[in-house]
Amino acid sequence: MELNASLSLVRPEIILSFSALALLLLAAWKDQAGRLISILAVAALGAAAAFTASALGSGASAPAFDGLMVNDAFGNFSKLLIYIAAAVSLTIAPRFLEKAGAMRAEYPVLIVLSCIGMGIMVSATDLISLYIGLELQSLSAYVLASFVRSDGRSAEAGLKYFVLGGLASGMLLFGASLVYGFAGSTSFAAIGLAMDKEVGLGLIFGIVFILSGLAFKISAAPFHMWTPDVYEGAPTPVTAFFASAPKVAAIALLMRVVLEAFGSQVLVWQQIIIAVALMSIIIGAVGAIGQQNLKRLMAYSSINNVGFILIGLATGTEQGIAAMLVYLTIYVAMTLGGFVCLMQLKDKDGNYREEFADIAGLSKTRPALAAAFAIFMFSLAGIPPLFGFWGKLVVFNAAVAAGLLPLAVIGIAASVIGAFYYLKVVKVMYFDDAADVIADSDDKVLVWTGGILAAANSPLGYFAIPVLGVWTAVAAKALF
Amino acid sequence: MIQLVSFYIFASIVIASAAMVIFARNPVHSVLWLIVAFFNAAGLMVLIGAEFIAMLLVIVYVGAVAVLFLFVVMMLDIDFAELRAGFVKNVPLGLLLAVVLAAELVLGIGAYQAGAVALGTPEAGAATVSAAVPNIEAIGGLLYSKYVFMFETAGLILLVAMVGAIVLTHRKSHGTRGQSISSQVQRRPEDATRNVNQPVGQGIEL
Repeated sequence: MELNASLSLVRPEIILSFSALALLLLAAWKDQAGRLISILAVAALGAAAAFTASALGSGASAPAFDGLMVNDAFGNFSKLLIYIAAAVSLTIAPRFLEKAGAMRAEYPVLIVLSCIGMGIMVSATDLISLYIGLELQSLSAYVLASFVRSDGRSAEAGLKYFVLGGLASGMLLFGASLVYGFAGSTSFAAIGLAMDKEVGLGLIFGIVFILSGLAFKISAAPFHMWTPDVYEGAPTPVTAFFASAPKVAAIALLMRVVLEAFGSQVLVWQQIIIAVALMSIIIGAVGAIGQQNLKRLMAYSSINNVGFILIGLATGTEQGIAAMLVYLTIYVAMTLGGFVCLMQLKDKDGNYREEFADIAGLSKTRPALAAAFAIFMFSLAGIPPLFGFWGKLVVFNAAVAAGLLPLAVIGIAASVIGAFYYLKVVKVMYFDDAADVIADSDDKVLVWTGGILAAANSPLGYFAIPVLGVWTAVAAKALF
Repeated sequence: MIQLVSFYIFASIVIASAAMVIFARNPVHSVLWLIVAFFNAAGLMVLIGAEFIAMLLVIVYVGAVAVLFLFVVMMLDIDFAELRAGFVKNVPLGLLLAVVLAAELVLGIGAYQAGAVALGTPEAGAATVSAAVPNIEAIGGLLYSKYVFMFETAGLILLVAMVGAIVLTHRKSHGTRGQSISSQVQRRPEDATRNVNQPVGQGIEL
C-alpha cells in the first residue's frame, strides 16, 4: 500500500520510463523512424507534463519512498519547465540531425531518459536519489554530446564532457560520503537536524565538495571550463538542450540541497555561493568578449546567467528562491530562442554557419530573423522593455531586501560589461556590411518556434508575470 | 581457534600474492596473482561476518574487473621492458612519491593514535538491523523495499550506458550479410531444389 502511494507520486517518471522502453523497442523494429519516435517522445513528455501540472495545481507536498523523494510544488514547477524545454529541443532537432546524417531513434529516447533523471534530481530529498538522478541525466548527456559521431568536434565534446563530468561526480560523491559520515544520514532532513546541533570541519569539507560538484553541473565559475568547448562541439539542438533543461534541473537540485540539507547554517555556504555567483558573472561577461563563434558566445552567456541566478540563492530567503525561479523560466525562453535563431543560420548549400562574420548585415537579407535574434540578445542583456529585464530586476530586488547590497551592485556593474557583447551581435547584424551568406530558412518549425519564443521575450511576456509570480511563490514556499 | 588459523592463512596469502603482483615479470601472471589476492581478501571478509562484501569482491572484482584487466593486458601488446627503460631517469620522482606516501603513513598512524573521529550518529528513526538477520538478507530487504525505485533507476542508467555504447560504436557495414529470419522460414523445398532427369554422358548444367 505504501509502495502504491509512493508510485503514484512519481507518475511522471513512470510514464516517461515506460515510454522510453516502448520507443526503444519501436526503434528496434522499425528502421529510419527518428521523426516518428521524436513525435511520440514529445507526446510522452506532454503526458508527463500534464500530470505534473495537475499536481502543481493541487499544491500538495508528499514524501515518497520513505523520504527518498518528495512530490511538492517546487519539484513540480521545475519539472514542468524541464519537460517543456526538452520538448522544444526535440521539436527543433530533426532537420539539423538529418543534415548531419544522425537523425537516429536514440536521440529522442536518450532525451526522454535524461528527463527521468532530471525529474528525480529536482524531487530528490536524499543524497542517494540525488546521485542516481544526476547520473542518469549526465550519462545521457555525454552520449548526446557526441551524437554526431562523424564530426570530430562532436566526439571531442562528448569525451571532454565525460571525463570532466566523471571528475565532478567523483567530487560530489566524496563530499556526500563525508557529509554522510559526519551527519550520520543521507536524508536531507536528517542532515539538516544534525547541522542544527554543530558543524564540524569534516562536515564543512563535505559541503564544499558537494557544492563544487554541483557547480560543475550548472557550469558556474570556477568550474565552467568545459562549457565553451562542449557547447561549441555538440550538435546545436543538443547544445540548446544542455543550456536549458539540465541547467534547470541542476540549479533546482542545488537549491534543494542547500536549503533543505544545509539550510540551518546559512553562513556556512553563503560565502561560497556569493563567490561562485560573482566569479560566474564576471568570467561569463569578460570571457565572451573575444569570442568569434556564436555557440561559444552563448556558452559564456549561460555562465554569466547562472551567476545572476545564484545571487538569488545567496540570499537564502523565500523571496530570493522565487526570484531565481522567475529568472530560470525567463532564461530558458531566452536561451532556447537564441539557439533556435542560431540553427536558422544556413548558407545556400545548406551548411550551418555559426561565426560572427556570417551574420554581418543579416538585417538586410533576413530582417525577421535578425529582429528575433536582436530581441533575444537584448533580453539576455536585460535591457528594460524586454522580458529578460524582469528576471534581473526580481533577483536584484531579493538581494537588496536580504541586505546583500554590494553583491547586487557588482552584479549590475558586470551586467553592463556583459551587455557589450550582446550588443556587439546586434551591431554586427544591423550596422555592418552585408556578408550575404545566410540563405532563407526552409524549416517552418524553427521559424514558428523562434517567433513564439521571441514574442514571449518581447514586452508581451509581462502579461505572464501574474501567473509566474503566483506559481514561483508557491514553489518557493515548498522549500521553507 | 579455527578462525584464528584461517585468518593467518588468508592474511599471509593476501600479502604474499600482493607482493607477487608487483614482482612477477609477466603482466599476465601479475593479474592472476591479483585474482588470488582478491579471493583471499574475500575469505577475510567472511571471517569478520561481512558475507555480502565477500560475495561482491568475488563477483565484481574477480569476475569483472580482474578478467577485464586480463583481457586488456593480453590484447594490448605492451612492451614492458621498454616501459621499464626509463627507470634511472624517473628515480627522483619515484623517491619523492615514496616520501609523500611515507609521510601520509606517519600522519595516518598519528591520527589513529590520537583517537576516534566523532562521526555522526544515525537519527532515531534509522532502520536498525537485528544481529540475527544475515547481512545479505538485510541489504536485500532494504534494496527491494525502501530503495526499490532507486534500484530500478540504476537499471535505467545501465540501459543508457548500453544504448550509448551502441549509438557511438555500431556501424552498419555493407559488406556483411545479415540474417533474415522471415525469408529463411518462408523458403520452401521447391524454391531451393529441383529434380532433374539427368541423361548419361551429357554433362550437367549448373
